[in-house]
Amino acid sequence: MIRFLFKGLLRDKSRSLLPVIVVAVGVMMTVFLHAYLEGILNDSIEESARLSSGHVKITTLGYHENSSQRPNEYAVTAVDRLLEALKHDFPDLQWSERILFGGLLDAPDGEGYTRSQGNVAGAGIRLIGSDEEIERMDLRARLFAGRFPEHRGEVLISNELFKKMKLRLGDEVTLISSSMYGDMAMYNFTVCGTLHFGIAALDKGMVYADIEDVRNALYMDDAAGEILGFFPGNYDEKRALQLQEAFAPDGSGDEFSLVLTPMSKASGMDFLILYSRYAGFIIIFIFVFAMSIVLWNAGLLGGLRRYGEFGLRLAIGESKREAYGSLVGEAVLIGLVGSVAGTAIGLVFAYLMQEFGLNAGDMIKDSTLMLPTVFRAQITPMTYVIGFIPGVLSTVIGAMLAGIGIYKRQTAQLFKELT
Amino acid sequence: MKSIVEVQQLIKKFPVGNGFFTALNEVNLSFAEGEFAGLVGPSGSGKTTLLNIIGSLDVPSEGEVLVMGHPVGKLTAAQAALLRKQQLGFIFQSYNLLPVYTVYENVEFPLLLLDLPASERKQRVLETLEWVGLTDKVKSRPAALSGGECQRVAIARAMVKRPALVLADEPTANLDSENSHRILQTMLKLNEELKTSFVFATHDEKVISYLRRIIRLQDGKVVADELVNL
Repeated sequence: MIRFLFKGLLRDKSRSLLPVIVVAVGVMMTVFLHAYLEGILNDSIEESARLSSGHVKITTLGYHENSSQRPNEYAVTAVDRLLEALKHDFPDLQWSERILFGGLLDAPDGEGYTRSQGNVAGAGIRLIGSDEEIERMDLRARLFAGRFPEHRGEVLISNELFKKMKLRLGDEVTLISSSMYGDMAMYNFTVCGTLHFGIAALDKGMVYADIEDVRNALYMDDAAGEILGFFPGNYDEKRALQLQEAFAPDGSGDEFSLVLTPMSKASGMDFLILYSRYAGFIIIFIFVFAMSIVLWNAGLLGGLRRYGEFGLRLAIGESKREAYGSLVGEAVLIGLVGSVAGTAIGLVFAYLMQEFGLNAGDMIKDSTLMLPTVFRAQITPMTYVIGFIPGVLSTVIGAMLAGIGIYKRQTAQLFKELT
Repeated sequence: MKSIVEVQQLIKKFPVGNGFFTALNEVNLSFAEGEFAGLVGPSGSGKTTLLNIIGSLDVPSEGEVLVMGHPVGKLTAAQAALLRKQQLGFIFQSYNLLPVYTVYENVEFPLLLLDLPASERKQRVLETLEWVGLTDKVKSRPAALSGGECQRVAIARAMVKRPALVLADEPTANLDSENSHRILQTMLKLNEELKTSFVFATHDEKVISYLRRIIRLQDGKVVADELVNL
């Protein structure tokens, strides 16, 4: 009997090919959208991690509690020894020391008087002798003019500030800031290059200098505001929480005791991660729900169209249960075939999007969010199965609802619908 | 002769608006094994309703209908399906063949429901197609057949399980005169050779001319029940 019904299903293209195409298209869109959203959200998180928060961040308790003020008086000290210990204890992570600071940038004229000034937010990162941070922060792509610092005392300035202060490459500028000990610090830099991030917050007034220069400027010898840790792959919340537990402070409550903060608990990042986790889920749920309605409707129409056939089968002696079972069985088969086909096609598109991406640099050049300039999809284990939810469930539910008519209608009524 | 259908004080009402329409009113009938009988009457006389109830596709509002000893009104849906599957055959006005299946497969379908082994199914299907003269069309689809051939396939489908009773609702309504006579001769031959009972619902004079017993219905009541001497 199953063979007989299967034969009929294969021969009747409106019962097999058409629904399979509808299911496959819906599933393909679900799979692609899922991978696309996963890619964008994860890339945004990674972009933020690379530029500011790291996957985990080690600071002192005092720095952590006042992190929005970049309080370098609570900087981590004896950094060289700490980095050595971290590399030993957590060899799979990459560690990066950074100093964040605020201040005033002053450009003097030929006689030493102020020609222009601008507020800056600065970062001291390892720029000389290592490409690690340049690669991590993708600074090469963001270098607008000039070059990276090659000698002590050279600085990179955001292109917008550079223009606002009417600077030229090679100009001298003076950073006026406060040192680690709270007194005024002044330090001369030579502008060697400009950066363009496409992120308004960064383009407005950002300076990047080699960390050793910043240490000299702010009297932070062997100190750093924060030490960022990066996992080999994407952010892993579970691992980050494990590290946090392993790195628990001694409980003394000392402002200078070290704390490790997972990215999800860093100021401002908690919302982004929560948003990415739930917004992605909600968007996918809405899409899956919409697709479910479409596929359910297709299943319903398929079932309704066959009332006549079921009337005949019931008249010949098939029980309502058998007829209902075969209708649902067909829906399962169509749902599975359509889901497999749709998932395969969706994965191909997702793979292409993952490999080549969509360059949206121009579209988001004034964005205030730390978004990647190339939108890429990301195929995760969930991408392989997400399509089966609308693909199989919706088709089966549609067929089941249509089949309820078989139960509710008098057999004689179905029989009449034959004519 | 053994009775296969007993209709006693049958009343069938259908809800219409706030009231009821009485389609069958106190019908009393009996059909014996091997009958070739017809329910004859104009449209709305209740013949199809009576045929549906005998075929366990509908239930009486009042009274009792026994088919092979089974009270139709008291059967569960599963029991009614079993009765139809094992004992009853149906022939419809518009053939109602399954269009995606071949002639052979359409005729085989009732046997699949009976779970007969493949070899027995094949033997029965070919034998039945031989009765109706369609052995050369086994692989054809319904779309490739004439109206007369389609109705012969429908007859084969009804007969293949050797039912005790075949119910035919206006079986010649879509056929020309020549095909109608061929179909009726085929059914008459099967009735004589296999002793299968046939009950028709019809107002076609061609069908009436073949009947051995004519039951005339009017406004839901039996107004005449006469045997015909051929």
